Amino acid sequence: MEPTAIIGVGMTSIEANKVRDTFADMVWEAVGKALGDAGMTIDDIDNVVTTSNDFWDGRTISCMAVGDASGARHKNVSCVEGDGTFGAFYGLTRILSGAYGTTLVTAHSKGSESASSLITNAAFDPIYARALGMDMITASALQATAYQHRTGTTAEQMAMVSVKNHGNAMANPLAQLPMDIAVDDVLQSDMIADPLHKLDCSPVSDGCCAIVIASESRVSKYPGKPVWIAGVSFCSDAYFLGDRDLSRARSLSSAAQRAFAMAGIANPAAEINVAEVYDAFTYQELMWLEAMGLCEDGKAGVRLAEGDFHIGARLPVNPSGGLLSGHPVIAAGLIRIAEVVKQLRGEAGAYQTPGARLGVAQGVNGLCGQSHCVWVLRRDK
Amino acid sequence: MGGKRVAIVGTGQTYHKSHRPDVNGQELINEAVRAALQDAELKIADIDVIVIGNMDHFEGINYVDCWSVDGSGGFMKPVIKLTTGGTTGSTLAIGGYHIVASGLFDKALVIGWEKNSESDTTGAITTAFDAVWDRLVFAGAISGLAAEAQGYMARYGATDRDGARVAVRDRKHACNNPHAQLRKEVTVEQVLASPMLSDPIHLLDVCPRTDGACAVIMASEDHAEKITATPDWIWATASRHTYTYLGDASYGRLDSLAEASQEIYAKFGIKEPTKQIDVIELYQPYSFAGIMWIEDLGLIPHGKGPEYVWSGATDMGGALPINPSGGVIACNPIGATGLIRCAEIALQITGKAGARQVPDVNLAISTGFGGCFWSDVILHGKRKPDVPRK
Amino acid sequence: MHDTLADVEPLVYKSQINVPYKWWAGETASRFFIALRDEKKILGTRCACCGRVYVPPRKVCPSCFTENTDWVTVSDQGVLLTYTVARRQLAALPGKAPAFFGLVKLDGADTALLHHLGEVEEAELRIGMRVKAEFAANRKGTIRDIAYFKPVQ
Repeated sequence: MEPTAIIGVGMTSIEANKVRDTFADMVWEAVGKALGDAGMTIDDIDNVVTTSNDFWDGRTISCMAVGDASGARHKNVSCVEGDGTFGAFYGLTRILSGAYGTTLVTAHSKGSESASSLITNAAFDPIYARALGMDMITASALQATAYQHRTGTTAEQMAMVSVKNHGNAMANPLAQLPMDIAVDDVLQSDMIADPLHKLDCSPVSDGCCAIVIASESRVSKYPGKPVWIAGVSFCSDAYFLGDRDLSRARSLSSAAQRAFAMAGIANPAAEINVAEVYDAFTYQELMWLEAMGLCEDGKAGVRLAEGDFHIGARLPVNPSGGLLSGHPVIAAGLIRIAEVVKQLRGEAGAYQTPGARLGVAQGVNGLCGQSHCVWVLRRDK
Repeated sequence: MGGKRVAIVGTGQTYHKSHRPDVNGQELINEAVRAALQDAELKIADIDVIVIGNMDHFEGINYVDCWSVDGSGGFMKPVIKLTTGGTTGSTLAIGGYHIVASGLFDKALVIGWEKNSESDTTGAITTAFDAVWDRLVFAGAISGLAAEAQGYMARYGATDRDGARVAVRDRKHACNNPHAQLRKEVTVEQVLASPMLSDPIHLLDVCPRTDGACAVIMASEDHAEKITATPDWIWATASRHTYTYLGDASYGRLDSLAEASQEIYAKFGIKEPTKQIDVIELYQPYSFAGIMWIEDLGLIPHGKGPEYVWSGATDMGGALPINPSGGVIACNPIGATGLIRCAEIALQITGKAGARQVPDVNLAISTGFGGCFWSDVILHGKRKPDVPRK
Repeated sequence: MHDTLADVEPLVYKSQINVPYKWWAGETASRFFIALRDEKKILGTRCACCGRVYVPPRKVCPSCFTENTDWVTVSDQGVLLTYTVARRQLAALPGKAPAFFGLVKLDGADTALLHHLGEVEEAELRIGMRVKAEFAANRKGTIRDIAYFKPVQ
């Protein structure tokens, strides 16, 4: 893969309800920040990829709402429906194809505008499963139960993810839920669906992120500090929950192996310095770390209890506070990428991982982590 | 590693129908996928990435690309969804092109599909428009298109009769296409006598609702010629998804098609498209568009559309046949429709178009339309392009 | 947001998307549901290439990509692979919380079926326990022709 870099990132704050902002307003803000960060104007952008979801937005052709705000009116433009990591992937290919030198990628959603339980219930098969009345939370609860059963991960270990991430968010001015809590606070919070307590679950938030990707020859033309794309891969598992071993994330393992191979990383657990992963629920952070090989299988909870994955540890995970501290779906994975970019540039302020050179960002599509996209980013070319 | 040239090496379509009660959506997809694999003489294991799309609200399934992996062949493969409304099918073709040209994947399976019979089309489309400004007054896709036709007619004095001549052409062409949904000819009188939906659009001027799927296999230059002796090379792609609000559009000029096609013509020095292009599959959701949009494509000056069409130039056997497949008014599974235009041109370039084959096709265009007067344009060639893709 | 708009009251419009659906089950699913409705039988399809028995049945094996023409009857009993209890009144729930959900691998099937659990106390639930389908008295050819899976005594 030719050297390509992310040279600008921008995001809105993540909030429960951005009552003053439309989708376009959020995109305008994020795009302005990304362009400013890169030292570019919209005229320097060769093409645009927006990312959105029609169900979450309550809008068929959801990309239409943000076409103008992303500067796409007279440019080549397309839209990915899926997590922001997938949108960024497509934006990357449009540079590697040789067609464009710079791509602006946006991703947005406003969870406040809809009923998330009904929206995610619509992901269930209309003939075989929808009438059962499940949603993302109950589906994930099934997975959490299976994962705990196989690995022996305890409720306390899961709660530690929440304590860590909400605590990390206290240093992140854009996070929705910075909180100084203890394991007991998580365990005492309402049980939503066994074994997921309220504080094991991410909120459903409003937010938007934009990044600028540039080819090697264009990187030097703008002042934005480049972070290099070392590897990207994605993979989907089977759809029916009953076709999968829910306690494992084999599609994530496949994607991660390929992404690390592209990046020439033989031992990710030892070489990766920082990771932003898709912690929609506490157990997921642990499962995804194991599946990516950043931790021994079945041991992430134990390692966390021993002090791994905290800020200051060898491999901080979700130093930004992660999704548990603010979860605008669709934008979520692009924000993971942007946060790793900040880390590798040394611009993460109070939650910086000192000297970070290699980072991982991961995004998810579908129920119970059916489909994953893994990005490996490098500070140095 | 990147910057690869890309060709279509196989295509497959279902036999499109108004209703397919015998299959669910992912089974419908599977039919087109297996047909494409058969056409390319490949197995699903040979495919490196799936690029798929539809318009979610037509089937009411969220994360539908995840839902359909059984049918798409996406099990333990990279799967990505693109969707841009009516342009989805062409957006997908463009997506497959860049994804393969990037060098990250050798063979992509591109799938567009829709089961329009499962939903209320107008109800689903209405939500495309802004909830605060446009939705309360918007009355479905047809009203917007009728307003566009009215804009043109006021300027150039055309009538619904001119639209009807396009309908006659496409419905006749469809009789040569075993995949088309509507395979019965109509006359100008029949079109004009059919119920008026939204002046000047009659019932027989407009596309049907269809259940259908289309699959196109794209391969990089390192593989294409090993897979088939007759690849269809993608020379260039362009999109303009120009407007968000209905009030911003130019009624009577399809600005997006003009801009997108001009970008492509400029790249290859195409100054006389009627001479240099051999056939066009124009995404034409209603007949009158076939009068106006050929002007925006730069085929003839503005106002000359009716004359050009009445001359027979765009009929089979004419100087520049348009829609040998019968086009969108003969068949419209929306998420597939733009991809079908692309697949039909692939059939033309590769000489596989059977009874609807145009002779001596070297350079051809497929387009997509949708959203708020948006356009995609793809230039296909029999020869491997030897100019840089930039 | 821009300062000049800071004093403007943000308006909110409520709406609902009204798009009715009728999903074609297709012949494969139809056969499954007719067997549930008329015979209280649970059917699967078996792939002739890899031998996997799929419940719910698949027309085409997702791995081998060949049409499954073998129909088999699987047991109405099997093993509970995982479960959860929804305590909060989530909007998608069909009835009142608590609601019990599980994945059940029926004897004879290689994939598990997602469904409700019933006639069971939370404390009893165990991964690996055997459960049996309880059919609804009034069956209409839908997934709820099975009312729930209950523990086998």
